Amino acid sequence: MTDTATPDAALGVSLLELIRSTSCVLPADVVTTVAAGRAAETAGSNAAYALGVVCDNITMAKAKSQPLCQDTGSILVYTNLPRGYDVHAFETAFIAAVKQATKIGYLRQNSVDAVTGKNSGDNVGPGTPNFHHHQWDGDHVEIRLMLKGGGCENVGAQYSLPHPDLGGRDLKGVENAILDAVLKAQGQGCGPGILGVCIGGDRATGYGNSKEQLLRLIDDANSDPVLGDLEKRVVDKANRSGIGPMGFGGATTLLGCKIGKLNRVPASFFVSISYMCWAFRRQGVALDAAGGISRWLY
Amino acid sequence: MPIIPLTTPLTEDAVRALKVGDTVELTGRVYTGRDAAHHRMHEGTPPPVDLHGAVIYHCGPVMVQENGRWVCKAAGPTTSSREEPYQWEVMRDHGIRGVIGKGGMGPKTLDGCKKYGCVYLHAIGGAAQICAERITRVDGVDWMDLGSPEAVWHLWVVKFPVIVTMDSHGGSLHQQVYADSAKALATLKA
Ligand code: SF4
Repeated sequence: MTDTATPDAALGVSLLELIRSTSCVLPADVVTTVAAGRAAETAGSNAAYALGVVCDNITMAKAKSQPLCQDTGSILVYTNLPRGYDVHAFETAFIAAVKQATKIGYLRQNSVDAVTGKNSGDNVGPGTPNFHHHQWDGDHVEIRLMLKGGGCENVGAQYSLPHPDLGGRDLKGVENAILDAVLKAQGQGCGPGILGVCIGGDRATGYGNSKEQLLRLIDDANSDPVLGDLEKRVVDKANRSGIGPMGFGGATTLLGCKIGKLNRVPASFFVSISYMCWAFRRQGVALDAAGGISRWLY
Repeated sequence: MPIIPLTTPLTEDAVRALKVGDTVELTGRVYTGRDAAHHRMHEGTPPPVDLHGAVIYHCGPVMVQENGRWVCKAAGPTTSSREEPYQWEVMRDHGIRGVIGKGGMGPKTLDGCKKYGCVYLHAIGGAAQICAERITRVDGVDWMDLGSPEAVWHLWVVKFPVIVTMDSHGGSLHQQVYADSAKALATLKA
């Protein structure tokens, strides 16, 4: 019997490969910016040393097919599904792939009961893995997977403007809030980092959208030029802060910043910031009708 | 940048000779210990191993059993600040000489380093494969009831790469970079 004997079996193989690849292989856009950051640091500095180890780590994880970082994070799944696609069957197959990936060691046992502290042992439990399904007009399935570690998730921040020190409900206030989050995140989230930001929305949709910004390529251009300018300003200023890789001091504090916006109610103005570490694990696949991988998205 | 080789268990003299910014390669026994293990010691349970001169590593490794042997698949540092309430006690009560982690720690720990002769060694965050490669053996595990990431693993490391970011003389790279970057960002404010 071959692995692709039935569509279900083929889907399982594709999903396991997506998980493996996300955990072990950093996407090309991230590798390129990390290497550029390393080149920007002064030879012999702690920052250059740290990024040298990071680059070696990226190469080794890929070669050994082992996790880039031991914190394989929250399992965040974003799908584009054609009309009529069986979501339940997909989730069942994905959960099976997660259990298998955990057994193999592509994923650490990372799902813990919030009250008892008990680890489920297989990465499955309430809220894990975390699915975000979107129906679209395409005729095929797309799946994007992000593994977001706890260290960087913990330094995410949500600001409510106006703020006494940071400013009002305008782009200046937003910029100051983002840079305040960068200042406070130093050292904690394995920098250099990449920010996903959402201006507006409510507390839940704001954070949700800030994570979705991280699905964009690091070097893409924002379709909104005002936000695109803000993205550039934030990266430029953050990299002049001197925080540097791991907070050791240096020139590379942020690898990128991706900003989106959502409408808000008149009374609220949130700036939601998700911080992603250099181990920016996101991969994606398009599936063919049989459940096989037809294309990689990053 | 010269690399300083160090072997565990560490002596007080070796620790006192280290300064913020030093690059160190560590060889010998290292024990993992993170939130749950520190909390358990804080509650009064004695550590499962003798920690005098030992180095504690804030790490929740990916471990798998192959042919009845534990093998470390990934083992980078975890955020140390969560151990800030407890770490100084472990220095005082159990005589540890080194802490490996990431992100640095606060004033209680810095004070403990000075008082009891301990040093904070910053591993390269996220570099789980480089770290795992330098863990050449897993010799045992205690407190497995806490779950694999929280258990106390007995690791043997060879040339494990770390940078001294808090020394036993009151020096903290974290405090220094924070103060400098806060100043720099204040001048860049929109
Ligand atoms: S912040 Fe990222 S790189 Fe650092 S330990 Fe967590 S998941 Fe790994």
